[in-house]
Amino acid sequence: MKEIALHLLDIVQNSVRAGASHVAIRFLLGEDGVLEMGVRDDGCGMSEELLSRVRSPFTTTRTTRKVGLGIPLLMQNAMQTGGHVDIESEEGKGTDIAAFFQTGSIDCLPLGDLASTMASIIMGSPDTPEFALHCTSPTGEMSFSTEEIRPMLEGVSLAEPGVVQWIKESLEEEIEPILGGIMK
Amino acid sequence: MKTLAELEAIRKATLSRINLRKDDKGEVTRVVIGMATCGIAAGARPVMLAFMDEIEKRKLAHVQISQTGCIGMCRLEPMVDVILPGKDKVTYVHVKPEMVPRIVAEHIVNGRPVDEYTIGAAEKK
Repeated sequence: MKEIALHLLDIVQNSVRAGASHVAIRFLLGEDGVLEMGVRDDGCGMSEELLSRVRSPFTTTRTTRKVGLGIPLLMQNAMQTGGHVDIESEEGKGTDIAAFFQTGSIDCLPLGDLASTMASIIMGSPDTPEFALHCTSPTGEMSFSTEEIRPMLEGVSLAEPGVVQWIKESLEEEIEPILGGIMK
Repeated sequence: MKTLAELEAIRKATLSRINLRKDDKGEVTRVVIGMATCGIAAGARPVMLAFMDEIEKRKLAHVQISQTGCIGMCRLEPMVDVILPGKDKVTYVHVKPEMVPRIVAEHIVNGRPVDEYTIGAAEKK
């Protein structure tokens, strides 16, 4: 992956597949330059047994092949900056995955185009789950959620190209002042 | 600034296109983009957004974009299937955003697949 935002696009599919009805995404950039990318969902969660081997590239829930590289690649990119990945999960309750990146590291990926990632995520799953995004940094914070705009659309799908474009452009405007410093 | 008033205008414009779609039911063209780890890493996100831009620009009412997982040909990603109503699926491989306007114009609008971008052409190389 060339961007942290592409890892998000990838990792969020796990929450969607877990049957979540709410997926909360967070990007928290601290004064110390550590960026936390977190995804919390209320999907099916994982058993302790699955959780213990979910970091392995040879663990996957699909049946067509024996490899799954989403989490291992995320771990590689977090760890090469001196960061790490935490995963908490409870069966029937949901999962929280958090990746920590030291953005000062020369090996840290750029955050990349987070607005495009959010647009792609929403386009891929327009009806359910509801997605929320929260970003904070020393320069400010922003929040967005599909739950807020859905009632205004009165039945028009969030996947309609015009709507997706509006979401992408409004997120670009809101994210730039907060996380613009680590985007490229 | 993007405003909610703009969103409301978009909603109204979209609604008329949705009604158009309902009138001639079933005739939807499907665009399916591979968005598993392999597709994303190979560049599927800008491709998907390029399709969205092009469809919005041309105000095409009968095109539906969706995502799929990995189908086991990761080396050919980003891959895009275009399925015209009543026609066989056409699979495009190594798709770049620059290729999207031509696929939309020639295949989706005019019904002639862009042979040189298809999996058949790629496998002959």
